[in-house]
Amino acid sequence: MASIEDSEALFHRLALSESGFVFDPVSGQSFTVNETGIELLRLFQQVSDIQEIMKILLETYAAQPNELERDINDFVSSLSELMN
Amino acid sequence: MKNNKLTVAITGMNAKPDNPGPGLAVSRCLTESADFTGRIIGLSYDALDPGLYLKEYCETGYLLPYPSSGDDTFLKRLTAIHEKEHIDIFIPCLDAELPSIIRLNPVLNEMGIKTFLPTAEQFRLRNKDKLVELSEMAGINCPRIEPITNSKFFYECQNDNWSYPLVVKGLFYDAIVAHNPAQATEAFNDIAAEWGFPVLVQEFVKGEEYNLAALGDGKGNMIGAVMMKKMALTDKGKAWAGVTVLDNKLFQASSNLIRAIKWRGPLEVEVLKDATGNYNLLEINPRFPAWIYLSQGVKRNLPAALIKLALNEEPEEYVKLEPGIMFIRYAEEVIVPISQFENLIVNGIND
Repeated sequence: MASIEDSEALFHRLALSESGFVFDPVSGQSFTVNETGIELLRLFQQVSDIQEIMKILLETYAAQPNELERDINDFVSSLSELMN
Repeated sequence: MKNNKLTVAITGMNAKPDNPGPGLAVSRCLTESADFTGRIIGLSYDALDPGLYLKEYCETGYLLPYPSSGDDTFLKRLTAIHEKEHIDIFIPCLDAELPSIIRLNPVLNEMGIKTFLPTAEQFRLRNKDKLVELSEMAGINCPRIEPITNSKFFYECQNDNWSYPLVVKGLFYDAIVAHNPAQATEAFNDIAAEWGFPVLVQEFVKGEEYNLAALGDGKGNMIGAVMMKKMALTDKGKAWAGVTVLDNKLFQASSNLIRAIKWRGPLEVEVLKDATGNYNLLEINPRFPAWIYLSQGVKRNLPAALIKLALNEEPEEYVKLEPGIMFIRYAEEVIVPISQFENLIVNGIND
């Protein structure tokens, strides 16, 4: 499973739009995500440490840490697979 | 420097929507280049090629004899056109005509017609049956490929570790995915009838197609690379839509290839990225691709650069390749008075 650290370069290269449209200039893949998805991708571009990301998100969202970590890992894996 | 007085002859003015020739796109690039104010004449093998009638991209259109009619016949016709048009630069755009034109290149030079083409040896090295060697030079994988001359192969190949689906390809054009021996035999017969022998069989790899178009300067340098991912394909597997990308692996692999064989002229490198992210070399086309107008779309006008190279001038520095620029191909009709069609059929010219 791809981790945030493994995928750091991938996140940094993504072009993110307010509309939720995401374009990867290397693979040419494009897709859309919802508001939370864009927020997460912006966060991934700024912070690479998973614990730091969890801390920031737990301040905003009422979620269980285990559940949040699982959701983040699922999101990262899906993105990594999509963009090869 | 503006090349005001140049006459450029371009082939490949065919534009069937599912598999257009590159000629019209090359002409469109030149027409829109700030450096080019010359005139373009179109050369074709079929009076129904629409480029011959599109005056904005082709001032005069001529019919050529098919390359299979022999070098002498081809040269005689080209000489007659040259006497009338005084061709300065000739840009052939079709694979099948290139062997003949490369052979005739010294004669064309003597006639005052400049080209910017690979040598016969460079052309041979990028043949589809040489791809494995080339992929090693590029440092990427190549799907297994084998030239065959008998369709019995398809009923026996599983003994030699081939599996279905596989791809049946012509030496110059066409690629058909076959899922069983019967489909493969039909594809073999169709391709052999149209393009002759050998027919090539290639291992099928599933993935996404990425292409690079560039110029080799003949000294080992790659000029003006434009890379794109195919976003939609025609039934013939040609790009219907694409988007520019910045793919360093594809750039390096293509750069390695050009350096290794000191490629001279335009080329297109086709690779397929499989599910594990590995690159597989599919083809190297010794000409501009039909999607070359995208190079003008990202301000890296490769046909305009070819004109400079053919004139022994330095192409200008390119801007950085911008990813995220798309093209979407569309079909439209050109209205043609029957008299123009008649003139091409009877006299081989539309002026």
